[in-house]
Amino acid sequence: MNRFFDIPSDLQHSWLGLVGLHLREALLPVLAGLVAALPIAQLCVRFRWLYAPVLGVTTVLYAIPSLAFFVVLIDYTGQTELTVMIPLAVYSLVVLVPAIVDGVRSVPQETLAAATAMGLGPVRRYLQVQLPIAVPAIIAGLRVATVSSISLVSVGMLIGNQGALGNLLQDANSYHRPELAVNSVVTTAALAILADAALVGVRILLTPWMPRAARRGGPGPAEERPEPSVPALEGALEDGPQALEDAR
Amino acid sequence: MNVLHFVNAFFSDGSHWHGYDGIPARLAEHIRYSLLALGLAAVVGLPVGLLTGHYGRGGNALALIATAGRALPSFGLLVLMFILLGFGMVPVMVPLVVLAVPPILVTTYEAMRSVDPSPVDAARGMGMGESRVLFQVELPVALPLILSGLRSAAIQIISTATIAAYVSLGGLGRYIVDGLYQLDYEKVVGGATLVAVLALVTLGVFWAAGRFAVSPGVRRGG
Repeated sequence: MNRFFDIPSDLQHSWLGLVGLHLREALLPVLAGLVAALPIAQLCVRFRWLYAPVLGVTTVLYAIPSLAFFVVLIDYTGQTELTVMIPLAVYSLVVLVPAIVDGVRSVPQETLAAATAMGLGPVRRYLQVQLPIAVPAIIAGLRVATVSSISLVSVGMLIGNQGALGNLLQDANSYHRPELAVNSVVTTAALAILADAALVGVRILLTPWMPRAARRGGPGPAEERPEPSVPALEGALEDGPQALEDAR
Repeated sequence: MNVLHFVNAFFSDGSHWHGYDGIPARLAEHIRYSLLALGLAAVVGLPVGLLTGHYGRGGNALALIATAGRALPSFGLLVLMFILLGFGMVPVMVPLVVLAVPPILVTTYEAMRSVDPSPVDAARGMGMGESRVLFQVELPVALPLILSGLRSAAIQIISTATIAAYVSLGGLGRYIVDGLYQLDYEKVVGGATLVAVLALVTLGVFWAAGRFAVSPGVRRGG
């Protein structure tokens, strides 16, 4: 085990250097994906008909294997970090758009009406009401995007050793040092778990209004269920006793 | 245009349609790996998700397991298993199953938790036992979400099964890895296209399964 952190010199990095490189190659694309996903999601919320085609396109993009994506991009961007980061940004985008759309759509209508009544314009309403309420859904999407991005960087090893910690896998194979592969897997998993925990921390900081024992499950349509309290009851009173039973 | 040209060249080359390295053979291998991995993951994920969701216990533990499963890098796991276990199916199945279990597990749990409690109470009131409540009330209502979990697991498996080629197994990844080392761009693009098409067909299959299996009362747009 004393050779566990003994990184072969052909990688030209220390263990910590590889960790830094890995984080950069994984997190910058997620950031880029988030920056691109916010306006796209907003367009999908504004124009409902846009959502289905956007979902279709993103699903196809997500189905392209990362390795094939990397190899095809070599023709344009060479065997560089950028070739690894572009597909990761696209995958992040694909995960984030539905998460953000679901989150923004889950904002109750009366909340929006209250914001408008208080004199908020569309921009301030978006920034100060819709986005903060959508934070849990957005963070849930970010967690999936970040973790899978950290995991996928390793595949970059196949295109000219651009895989940061994944490069250890190649060396483990060629130098017959399995501990390097263990190091790669364990370190990558640890990075992913730490990043995930950091995002949960961010969520708790950004949403002090949420109950402390909030559910920590993955993202999904089930996560953001609007409370059917007030509007359901109002409707029930108009519709008669039968609907009142339904509302319960 | 460039890419389309390569796609066309790949599929119109007659030699790509025959033999052990032909498209039908590789496609069959890929589907076999994917089905096996999805089956194994479903055998692990579905019962656990259904039971924990039914009793509403262990959600946090599930979330932890799912996070750990997502955090393990598929490619690293594949190479590690290959180094430790040698050539074979097991080194490929381990990362694919680890990849597929979290979405199935979490979505199934969430689906069971999000079932409207009033029909469940009604079923209990009618004297249904736990297993009948689970299979005749909760499962049909939760089915659309459960299917969506299986669907995203299947898509991820299909796209990730390509890495099996790196450890000398077959599947559509063969084209991508071989093309990479032979500098044969056409092969890479062709292989990627096949994988994407397979994923789309899978989406169609799950859509059809949803039409077929989900009861009409549950299938309201949402």
